[in-house]
Amino acid sequence: MTVKIVIGLDGEDTGERALTFAKDLASRIKGCELIAIYVIEWSPFTFQTPEENARRHKRREEEIELAMTRIVTPAVKSLQDAGFIASGIVRHGDVAETLNALTVENGGSQIIVGRASSGGFSTRIFGSSTQNLVMNADVPVTVVG
Amino acid sequence: MHSNIKFWLTSAAATVLASPLAAQEAMGIDEKVNKIFASITGPFVSLIFSPFPGTNFPWIVMWLVIAATIFTLYFGFVQFRFFKHAIQLVKGDYSDPNDAGEVSHFQALATALSGTVGLGNIAGVAVAVGIGGPGATFWMILAGLLGMASKFTECTLGVKYRNEYPDGTVSGGPMYYISKGFKELGLPGGKILAVVFSIFCILGALGGGNMFQANQAHAQISGITGDYPGWITGIIFAGVVFAVIVGGIKSIANVTEKVVPFMGILYVGASLIILIVNYNMIGWAFGQIFAGAFTGLGVAGGFVGALIQGFKRAAFSNEAGVGSAAIAHSAVRTKEPITEGFVSLLEPLIDTVVICTMTALVIVISQQLIVDPATGNYMLNEAGTAIATVDGNSGVALTSAAFGASISWFPYVLAIAVVLFAFSTMISWSYYGLKSWTYLFGESKSSELTFKIIFCVFIVIGAAASLGPVIDFSDAAIFAMAVVNIFCLYFLMKLVRKELASYASRLESGEIKKFAK
Repeated sequence: MTVKIVIGLDGEDTGERALTFAKDLASRIKGCELIAIYVIEWSPFTFQTPEENARRHKRREEEIELAMTRIVTPAVKSLQDAGFIASGIVRHGDVAETLNALTVENGGSQIIVGRASSGGFSTRIFGSSTQNLVMNADVPVTVVG
Repeated sequence: MHSNIKFWLTSAAATVLASPLAAQEAMGIDEKVNKIFASITGPFVSLIFSPFPGTNFPWIVMWLVIAATIFTLYFGFVQFRFFKHAIQLVKGDYSDPNDAGEVSHFQALATALSGTVGLGNIAGVAVAVGIGGPGATFWMILAGLLGMASKFTECTLGVKYRNEYPDGTVSGGPMYYISKGFKELGLPGGKILAVVFSIFCILGALGGGNMFQANQAHAQISGITGDYPGWITGIIFAGVVFAVIVGGIKSIANVTEKVVPFMGILYVGASLIILIVNYNMIGWAFGQIFAGAFTGLGVAGGFVGALIQGFKRAAFSNEAGVGSAAIAHSAVRTKEPITEGFVSLLEPLIDTVVICTMTALVIVISQQLIVDPATGNYMLNEAGTAIATVDGNSGVALTSAAFGASISWFPYVLAIAVVLFAFSTMISWSYYGLKSWTYLFGESKSSELTFKIIFCVFIVIGAAASLGPVIDFSDAAIFAMAVVNIFCLYFLMKLVRKELASYASRLESGEIKKFAK
């Protein structure tokens, strides 16, 4: 049976560290498949102007395109260059919730993410995406420091 | 650019306020604007509000209520049958996760609501209760409940027949569903009717969506700061709106869009606190509402007066049947246009049945309306046109006094809320007007700019004119939209029924999946 490992990317150093760790881990597991996922933080419960709504579809396409070309495709390429079977996904949503949902949907057995580097007031109150993921994930989560 | 505007406004205000002569002159400008405006709009207003021969019942009010009743019956009380489903749609239970990032049902609803929740709920209700008595509230609630079916019909069509452009943006609304729907049904005249609707929509945007807002915002501000010429408020408002819609300064709109919902919650919260504190009077207040609905309680025009005011204010507040919401809702991305219809039917409920009723209850409970102790009926003012109030207040000032009677500092919060509501409604209506304008004159940059400048000029006129002519023109223009829209909806409603039957059967069979666990 193929083992599928999900890597949560964030377009920053933390995501890169998760990627490096995942490569190392996957090289020790036979027939391991890697899925690189980037979640664009988005909530369906925000307030927008009519004009923003009218342009939203176009904006969404642009956001996905940008995340794909700048973050996910280079990550997938580096995994494939290293000899792994790899694929990439970009989706909008709550980072922790969406990462977990996509892992379950794609049959992933664990998630690797980087430790969130940002601190600040809101993180203290609401917790970071990494914290939320660790608390609520359906599969084991590895947080790379 | 901003510092220039600020400097100019400060200088203008200082000059005007410093000199009594200049202040008199400024008042003179207001009066002139008012007079010219009233004489130009008079015939149009008279036509829209002309009564049935031999009665004082305006035909337009009947037009709206009959339509809402017909849609309610034609779709088998869709507003009640699919109410739970509408809530599930807003919660996102049926949203495909693969579509995340598109405009959600909640966002489309919130955007449409920010265009309707506003001064209609605060000032409009005060006008209705002030003229029609507490009984107007009963008819307002009834009109709100029936209006849910009108909203459902127009918003379903709005999404179904919207235009999607190659660059991914969308334009929708009555002008699109009228022309496309009529063509689909092989009916003539769709294009002409769409053009007529667009003209009325532009007038509505300039009237209720602009002048009424500016006018009442000025009334609220001057009520706190002391009287000063309306055109000063008008120019400040016009400057800010100009910065957003022409200058593209999104930060102002973004802040407003985020603050306005909280203001709405605060408003409902304050109303609830007043009702809880006066819980022993709630039964009495409802008693007044029911008694007034059928007897009038001495109000000018009796119960018919209450009914007319209730229906009029409900329609002005929730805009059901007017067609404006169809423009706002058409941006949602869904494979099933009817789902947006279900979501939109929540609008009149939130706007009219909940928020307007709160305002009315607070006004009644605060006993701002003077009752004759001898008869138990309401006393009329000297002119005999409205109920006498404690301080002679009407419109937004009446609501403010009603809240102030229980929570002394609330008028200040209300003043901020009124200004923000007025601003967000203006932004929404500038978009509705713009969509109609571009439908008529094409989607070019110069045509858009022309409309936006006209829109800003009308803000100044609206703030300077007195309430009477502004409120008449605002109502007339918005109801004129409803004349065309509803006429066309009668022809197009069979298309919605087909959609409804198909969706209902697929929902029952489980073909339409629920994504939420």
